[in-house]
Amino acid sequence: MSMHYFANPARFTRLAARIQPWAGGLAAILLLVGLYLALVVVPADYQQGDTVRIMFVHVPSAWMAMFCYSFLAVASAVGLIWKHPLADLAAKASAPIGAGFTFLALVTGSLWGKPMWGAWWVWDARLTSVLILFFLYLGYMALWQAIEDSQKAGKAAAVLALVGAVNVPIIKFSVDWWNTLHQPASVLRMDGPAIHPTMLWPLLIMALAFKAYFVALLLARMRMELNLRRIRALRLAERTS
Amino acid sequence: MRAFQAIIARDLLLAVRQGGATFLALVFFLLTVTLFPLGIGPEPAILARVAPGVLWVAALLAAMLSLDRLFQADFEDGSLEQLTLSGLPVSLIVLAKIITHWLTTGLPLLLAAPVLAVLLNMNSEGFTALLLTMLIGTPALSLIGAIGAALTLTVRRGGVLLSLLVLPLYIPVLIFGVSAIDAAVHGLNAKPHLLLLAALTMAAIPLCPWAAAAAVKLSLE
Amino acid sequence: MDGMGAFFAMGGYAGYVWPAFGIVLAVMAVLWITSIRGWHKSEQSLTALRGHRRQREGADE
Repeated sequence: MSMHYFANPARFTRLAARIQPWAGGLAAILLLVGLYLALVVVPADYQQGDTVRIMFVHVPSAWMAMFCYSFLAVASAVGLIWKHPLADLAAKASAPIGAGFTFLALVTGSLWGKPMWGAWWVWDARLTSVLILFFLYLGYMALWQAIEDSQKAGKAAAVLALVGAVNVPIIKFSVDWWNTLHQPASVLRMDGPAIHPTMLWPLLIMALAFKAYFVALLLARMRMELNLRRIRALRLAERTS
Repeated sequence: MRAFQAIIARDLLLAVRQGGATFLALVFFLLTVTLFPLGIGPEPAILARVAPGVLWVAALLAAMLSLDRLFQADFEDGSLEQLTLSGLPVSLIVLAKIITHWLTTGLPLLLAAPVLAVLLNMNSEGFTALLLTMLIGTPALSLIGAIGAALTLTVRRGGVLLSLLVLPLYIPVLIFGVSAIDAAVHGLNAKPHLLLLAALTMAAIPLCPWAAAAAVKLSLE
Repeated sequence: MDGMGAFFAMGGYAGYVWPAFGIVLAVMAVLWITSIRGWHKSEQSLTALRGHRRQREGADE
């Protein structure tokens, strides 16, 4: 079963219709369990107190921000190189989800940083890199909006996504470089203290919850994009008939 | 090779005849640099501290604002399409245009930078590093910017979108450029920073024209 | 119940912890709602368009 097996939109839609509710249900359950663990079960930290609970949404959000961009880049590559017809739709559909998680990573990072470092925003390496990633998402989505022809927009956005993907490690490296040059005296790592096993499980469960959520939303958005494409085609056919 | 040189020659001639673009880039550079003392106060010590960053940010913005000159005019009158049909690989056409862009934007900025550094009371130890970083870094600005310019060719009033696309990609150039000057100013070794900057530009030379060419072909479809 | 009070107080950090979790849930909810709604609307438009088309084709015969 090659990837082109799913190139048929009807087959994709059937599969998506089956998977989507399960993914959504799984996301809801994992989210509830994860939140309960993070807010109730996990003890307050020795140094950070209860603010350490924010880690359980901040870290998975940051992971999702990176994961979604990787997904977006891979989908773009598949679309450009193998010309898979659903690939650019997958990339387009994943972008708002990734941007949302990036935004959440920034906000939760800020809320975690204020009691820790006394400032609403600190230009540490991770937050700065995430902020730049946010711009990459916004640029990608803006390019889709700006080009009228959907097929052309998809290809242009794919080029942009790949250029961005190549740049992400470079940007990360340069921001780390910049940060070590301007390192303040003692910096508490945003990850918090070494992660105990009691910390690990809620973190992983939240991360899985976010992933299941991503799958459910991705499928819904892809089905929406497919429909919109069909609607455009039908309207075009009507006008020219 | 001759076709390559012909493109550069033609574009340079056009740029000289129209003249305005280089002048505008320089004036923008000067104006932006002037805004900073007006904004943060004229205290020499503070200006000296921020000078490398201000110079690089201003140069970066000036370069970015001139990016639409790369392809737009030729795209609009059809000559870009003609060029792509001429048989010369599109990435070479793009590279030729990038070279022209650098000669008419990056190079003037590079030459103006030391003068503006004096305005910002930059420490004299930083001047060599300033020139070196500009020499190595401004080509990267033209190279990377070409990708954005090509992607936004078909977008009406794509200037702001172009900024959004290109500025995040400029950040590594900015970081390495400024850190090299800062190192020199503080008496530290600027070489590692300069080498990183050079690595960026070296990597950009084969990769950016290729990506920009793909985007140009898309826009011409 | 002092337990509940302590829970909501979050060791004094309530002003940070609850907004953090709140905004995460809010953004995820908004994304969910807009995506599902958008998808449903597109389904409706597509069925309507197809029905309309079939009507026209039926009338042409």
